[in-house]
Amino acid sequence: MITALRRILGKAGPFIGLALVIILFAIPQETRVHFLSYHNIKIILTQTVIVSVAALGMTLIIVSGAIDLSVGSTVALTGVIAALLIQRGWGAAATCVAAIGVGGLIGLLNGSAVAGLRMPSFIITLGMLGIGRGTAKWLADNQTVNYDTSPISGWMTTADPSGRALPAGVWVAVVLAAATSILLRKTVFGRHVFALGSNEAAARLCGVPTVRLKVVIFVLAGCFFGLSGVFQLSRLRLGDPTVAVGLELDVIAAVIIGGASLNGGSGTVLGSIIGALIMSVLRNGSQQMGWPNYFQEIIIGLVIIVAVFLDRFRRGAKA
Amino acid sequence: MTPPVRLRLERISKAFGATQALRSVSLEVAAGDVHALIGENGAGKSTLLKILSGAHEADAGDMELEGRPYRPTSPLDARKRGVAMIYQEVSLAPHLSVRENILLGLESSTLGWIDAKDSRRRAGDSLCALGYGHFPLERAAGEFSIAEQQVIEIARALLTQPRVLIMDEPTSSLTQSDTERLFEVIGRLRAQGVSIIYVSHFLEECRRACDRYTVLKDGETVGAGEMKDAGMDSLIALMTGRPVADLYRRTSRRLGPVVLEARALECPPRLKAASLRVREGEIFGLAGLVGAGRTDLVRTIFGLDTAAAGQVAVFGRPPGRGTPRRRWNEGVGFLSENRKEEGLMLNQSIQDNITLTKLGAFGRLGWIRDSRQAAAARRWTGELAVKCRDVGQAVGDLSGGNQQRVAFARLLEHPARILLLDEPTRGIDVGSKAEIYEIIASLAAAGKSVILVSSYLPELLGLCDTIAVMRRGELVTVKPRGEWSEPELLRAAVGDE
Repeated sequence: MITALRRILGKAGPFIGLALVIILFAIPQETRVHFLSYHNIKIILTQTVIVSVAALGMTLIIVSGAIDLSVGSTVALTGVIAALLIQRGWGAAATCVAAIGVGGLIGLLNGSAVAGLRMPSFIITLGMLGIGRGTAKWLADNQTVNYDTSPISGWMTTADPSGRALPAGVWVAVVLAAATSILLRKTVFGRHVFALGSNEAAARLCGVPTVRLKVVIFVLAGCFFGLSGVFQLSRLRLGDPTVAVGLELDVIAAVIIGGASLNGGSGTVLGSIIGALIMSVLRNGSQQMGWPNYFQEIIIGLVIIVAVFLDRFRRGAKA
Repeated sequence: MTPPVRLRLERISKAFGATQALRSVSLEVAAGDVHALIGENGAGKSTLLKILSGAHEADAGDMELEGRPYRPTSPLDARKRGVAMIYQEVSLAPHLSVRENILLGLESSTLGWIDAKDSRRRAGDSLCALGYGHFPLERAAGEFSIAEQQVIEIARALLTQPRVLIMDEPTSSLTQSDTERLFEVIGRLRAQGVSIIYVSHFLEECRRACDRYTVLKDGETVGAGEMKDAGMDSLIALMTGRPVADLYRRTSRRLGPVVLEARALECPPRLKAASLRVREGEIFGLAGLVGAGRTDLVRTIFGLDTAAAGQVAVFGRPPGRGTPRRRWNEGVGFLSENRKEEGLMLNQSIQDNITLTKLGAFGRLGWIRDSRQAAAARRWTGELAVKCRDVGQAVGDLSGGNQQRVAFARLLEHPARILLLDEPTRGIDVGSKAEIYEIIASLAAAGKSVILVSSYLPELLGLCDTIAVMRRGELVTVKPRGEWSEPELLRAAVGDE
């Protein structure tokens, strides 16, 4: 009985969670009609893009047994830099590549410090959280960076807001999620990430190039965070050095709700994406119910704890 | 005159679900008796210890302590009644002082205030009884060596003045000289009339330290008696149910050219100078005390530790900076002495654990074909008789012996032509040991070379062609197996020539 329950939770845990929160808001009178409408689903998906894309990078990092606290700062910094480049007349594609490059560079710094200095990723990225945020404010001269217009502004909306089409950002997130999932599950690189997170000493013993691998993981994740920064810019339509404070906690929460362990060695991309969706649905639904902000925060906090508890139970509660 | 019976267990039975862990086990320990409890993994020793120490309750049977019925309801209750236990893993709070650790849970206090003077006296008395009265009471426990921490732990157990002290594998992480000191401590306790139940895999130790023995097999008592009347072979035969001669199979093998040569290898602080040559088809044993540099030598050869000086040449290739990755590519495999910390990824699948060194071989351009990887793993779980549901199961779910087979399978699947095996039979039951000896012998017969690090001398003498002894970081003597005997190996290891 308990083992059967465990198996079901293991296979479908995050899905069940998502289904539950959807049902929670699909039943009440106030939200029944609007909540499951195509228009609202489109809004939820669009609102999930920034966290989802960042969660792809965070999944890599957490599965490898590390953590990255500098996500919010990276998003703000890459957004500010992208806005400055647009001011200088850069095109959308070049700006986007540059922002992703800046994210990758921050990842390179994080990864090199973690692997080279053998420092805990928590400490290094906590430092980078401050460095990145400070640099963003410095470059932006402590104010928002405005620009006239850029095609990037259209990536998180559609020309016809009431139409069927989903914004480009949603499609990018879907494609990248599929690619990252395949990367983690089907390639030597992915298996090495799991090996590193599960037991670093064993991975090294088996000839996995652990130092290089750590750097590559942080760089790749940094690129995802940079892209998140572009989508953040697209949503705001200006570069704001104070945006996305605490975003890393949402991203980590998404990955953890999705079934990854902070000890490393377990986690899936699909789980992380569903984790991000669960939080978006909760936010969206709570707003429609007219629940105050603080109430949403309390609910999401509880969801994180319950999700991890259920995950423990599923694994047989080995403390 | 025989001393009075201190502890008597009669027809103790215990089942967990459908598994009968203990079947009518009886045990009698006299006052001041050091009693060896011997048996393979899974024979029921742990269950019996847990019943004795109050962690489990017996389903049936009687226990008597000093003539009165003894039925502890919890470990604390057992301790209060005079039965204390020293666990295999040291369980001290490393940041607390020696005194605080010894008194943990039984502090001298008045209304919550620690009575410093009385604390010092009680902790000091406890250490004095062990002959360690000179220990600094206020230093943090974490600053002491494992052996010293164990003394602190025994001192803690003595605080309640136990009548029976249970020691579970007390020497598993001790060096030979520390073991000697532990035996002195045991001698003191015996002289003070404390009865000791001594559980260990090391039969030689049991024979040295203990007066009497009881052998468990499959949850039943299969033998008991005076240690001085029991031979090694008869104890092993009781434990395994088969004669000892079958344990080591000699294969006929011809030694080929030198395949691995280490020259003046150094890796401070432990490895000072070691040169060796291993030939094709040779089993090369490394004997020595714990800390003599044997593990450091094989780790440095494999590139896990970086050599400060010296060279390693494999298959006659020019020597270069060794890394584990390079060694695997050259056909060298390594089996860690520390299966849990370094050998295996416990929460990953059997399949990934077996194939981690050569994932690229299961597809092209960095892709992995799952079916091919699983098929490779399945071949080895079949061949080595790994008890598992399927190759997707996490390695951590398996028993120690089966985990070690998975670790071995990695070397076989790679396949490694030179195998560096660091304590390959540590902590596994005698049955699995026999199978691992079998694998090593047949590998050598097939022309593979093996460097075998072992603290178990019969194992080295039974398997190896050549045995080298290391002492204080230096490789001192290399001789063919035929020219060594157990006492000679020991003498060379402790440096008493």
